[in-house]
Amino acid sequence: MKPATFDYVAPRTVAEAVEALGDPGREAQVLAGGQSLILEMHLQRSRPELVVDINRIPELDRMSVEDGELRVGALIRHAAFEAADAVPGPLGTLLSRAVVNIAHPPIRSRGTMAGSFGWAHPASEWCAVGVALDATVEVTGPEGPRALAARDYFLGPYRTARGPRELITAVRMPLLGEHTGVGFIEHRRTHFCFAQVAVAAALTVHDGVIGDARIGLVNSADRPVRARAAERTLLGAEFGPLPAGRRLPDTHPFARAGRVAAQEDAVPVAEPYADVAYKRQAVAVLVGRTLREAATDLRARLAAPEGDHR
Amino acid sequence: MKITLTVNGTGHPLDVEPRRLLADVLRDDLGLTGTHLGCEHGICGACTVLMDGRPVRSCLVLAVQCDGGSVRTVEGLAGPDGAPHPLQRAFSAEHALQCGFCTPGFLMAAAAALEADPDLGAEPDAVAEVVGSNICRCTGYEPIRRAITRAAQEQREQAHER
Repeated sequence: MKPATFDYVAPRTVAEAVEALGDPGREAQVLAGGQSLILEMHLQRSRPELVVDINRIPELDRMSVEDGELRVGALIRHAAFEAADAVPGPLGTLLSRAVVNIAHPPIRSRGTMAGSFGWAHPASEWCAVGVALDATVEVTGPEGPRALAARDYFLGPYRTARGPRELITAVRMPLLGEHTGVGFIEHRRTHFCFAQVAVAAALTVHDGVIGDARIGLVNSADRPVRARAAERTLLGAEFGPLPAGRRLPDTHPFARAGRVAAQEDAVPVAEPYADVAYKRQAVAVLVGRTLREAATDLRARLAAPEGDHR
Repeated sequence: MKITLTVNGTGHPLDVEPRRLLADVLRDDLGLTGTHLGCEHGICGACTVLMDGRPVRSCLVLAVQCDGGSVRTVEGLAGPDGAPHPLQRAFSAEHALQCGFCTPGFLMAAAAALEADPDLGAEPDAVAEVVGSNICRCTGYEPIRRAITRAAQEQREQAHER
């Protein structure tokens, strides 16, 4: 099918975009990268009366670091995060490891990070990274700008706390400190599939003890999940040498955290080829592996010469 | 809606409905049928073209979004004298196509990657990433990988000779 008819505007400023969205008489959609929206319009699952194309608003096409936070404007494409040094420190590494799991280069050259937050698909990589790191979603509407914490923002599949007349202008994520290692691992059926399950992790270690752990679960519930119960099991654990061999022993703290994430944090929704028990097993295994990747990353960082931050 | 689309260096004033896809305007309004439409879901990649130098799925872009911008299609790959692009020669030499339906998309995705990274020929993982963007049901991908690597290496050697 082809998209149904709609009116199209391409405002030049955020104020103009908000004004266009503010017409309560018509159902409007914001078009940023369009890699989900235009597909939905093909399928006519989405039939907006008005499409507000924000691609010609220069102020949204900016990425910056301010006060220890990365601020990603609404037009920054996925491809911007492919290089690990595009963003300073371990956060850059985490984003670069996550982004390669998002579709393919021609999709990543259009699709945007803020658009992923707007679409709020449960299998979105960025959204799980966002809840794990306590990201902030900046929106502007007729009542002015407001900032929404990621933990309060996701309400369910494709459902968020953004009002229909509000425009996402940016997503903010805190930079990760020196003593932090990161990992991201995704499990999917084929190269062309969405994630069945994926995990983002960041481990911070001080004086040989895990002081902070962040674990985000992709497609492990009807919305992105921060695995707080699993994180708590890691706090205060000794950051010892990694066990040899591919498989973590069941008694290892990372394996235990994986089991807790699968049982207490994940609320899997059955899908074709992945029922609830399968997803719980995948969460348990992937959390363990991703924590191990984060630990390996941290060791490499600590061993790297002074000032060599990836 | 009145727009101006520059395709392969030529400006085209057009009057299009906002709902029309870039791929359909290229094919139906401009007669550039080298761009193929397979799935129209952004998955297969047959419709890949370059929009302001970057590879995009032309089935997931509205033509009105390209107003004032430049688009390059497979028709724009060959030289002004009609000589095939190094990628086109390499695809032929390596038997990187059979039915040819997916070929325009692969050529454009590879052209973008080659322009962004002249060392592509020495990076098998990067080539695999490009090849993994699109679907081919004939070749099994290996000849396409060889062809992109061959064209990249050829271009590198020529750059050294100059």
